[in-house]
Amino acid sequence: MNTVGPAFAQAVDLVFGFSPQLVEIVLLSLQVSFAAVVIATLVGLPLGATIAVARFPGRQAVIVLFNALLGLPAVVIGLLVYLLLSRAGPLGELGIMFTPAAMVVAQSILVAPIIAAFSRQSIEDAWREYEEQLDSLGANPFQAALTLLWDCKFSLLTTVLAGFGRAVAEVGTVMIVGGNIDGVTRVMTTAIALETSKGDLPLALGLGIVLMSLVLALNATAHVITEAAKRRYG
Amino acid sequence: MRAPASLLPLRLEDLSFEAGGRRIIDGISLEIGAEARTVILGPNGAGKSVLMRLCHGLLAPTSGRVVWNVRQPANGRHRQAMVFQRPIMLRRSALANVAYGLKLAGVERHERQARAHRALERLGLAHLAGRSGRVLSGGEQQRVALARAWALEPEVLFLDEPTANLDPTATREIEAAIAGIGVAGTKIIMVTHDLGAAKRLADEIIFIHNGRVLERAGAERFFAGPSSREAAAFIKGELL
Repeated sequence: MNTVGPAFAQAVDLVFGFSPQLVEIVLLSLQVSFAAVVIATLVGLPLGATIAVARFPGRQAVIVLFNALLGLPAVVIGLLVYLLLSRAGPLGELGIMFTPAAMVVAQSILVAPIIAAFSRQSIEDAWREYEEQLDSLGANPFQAALTLLWDCKFSLLTTVLAGFGRAVAEVGTVMIVGGNIDGVTRVMTTAIALETSKGDLPLALGLGIVLMSLVLALNATAHVITEAAKRRYG
Repeated sequence: MRAPASLLPLRLEDLSFEAGGRRIIDGISLEIGAEARTVILGPNGAGKSVLMRLCHGLLAPTSGRVVWNVRQPANGRHRQAMVFQRPIMLRRSALANVAYGLKLAGVERHERQARAHRALERLGLAHLAGRSGRVLSGGEQQRVALARAWALEPEVLFLDEPTANLDPTATREIEAAIAGIGVAGTKIIMVTHDLGAAKRLADEIIFIHNGRVLERAGAERFFAGPSSREAAAFIKGELL
């Protein structure tokens, strides 16, 4: 017997019928990941820019560390944040375990290295090219930093989009620190995992459709931005 | 017209520069005055570009001093500009590239635009003002870089092999522009290893080899009969 066909049809109904259950999960996902990316950008971008331009002992080690953090499994970050936020942990008094706030913290930690590493790369490339010219024109470090950020704006924007894509699609950290509580911390990825194991394929598939469309849209946007920037600036 | 005190003469006092255990500039003492276009000539690896960067303050000397007639600010420079071998175009329009230099120099916003326009016009680039600097041809980019330097109305303009990567037509245009900037009263100090460019532009030649000044002479005299063996070999094309 084939259950996939009917399940898929029901999934499409859920998506285009804006089923309240599905909409709630999607909105929470977007809110959590958006907040996480904002925090990760506020931390990761200045960090990446500083590492790109500053020369200090141990700089190479820091670069390797950030590149390594890119590959850190989400569940491990989930575990670390769990230890940090659990009742007995150092930040246990905050009492945010199993709340969306905990998920935001975990995803920020997941995404910040991505933004730091990629922004470091593009800013460093631009800096290597611009350094003497900006020095000759008398730019102070602050003016140079602003110029680099402005001139790298398109690659930085695609970096932020990539970070958002990673955050919204990951399941490991939010499962551990969020707990997948219905109506409270249930996001797209954790709901898909749960509904699939329960056998509720329509909701799982419906969320899958939304998630894949979202990731596709993010990548398409990043591609369009990159191409437009290339055409315009060579 | 000029501000009361001239930047020049520029005095180099026993200037040395070392990098990676190698002595690139080896005790150069020179005085460069306001008159005439000075070309620093020498084979590849002679230390010409490093010498220019020391003069402009992009590099700090290992020992010795660079002394301008007017004290330069500790972190920056006044009334000097430099054009590099590879033009560096910021990711913005040609006009914005020129205006950027003026902005850093503290020129008011409305005046920036007008001055940037004038500079581009003077270099025959008015029609390209709105185009992105980075999609222009190599020759056009170098002219934008010249416009950016010239817009600052520098008293001294340093040029580091400005035509090394360009075809003959672009080279002619750039050299004409440089000569024009010189005539308008800016002191030209150019580095090159290209004998043709040196002959066309130099009033005086400073010949450098292995980080030392081997010879300094008027251009005509230098090319007619250099006094050092190395310069003679270089002119004959035996020393590259």
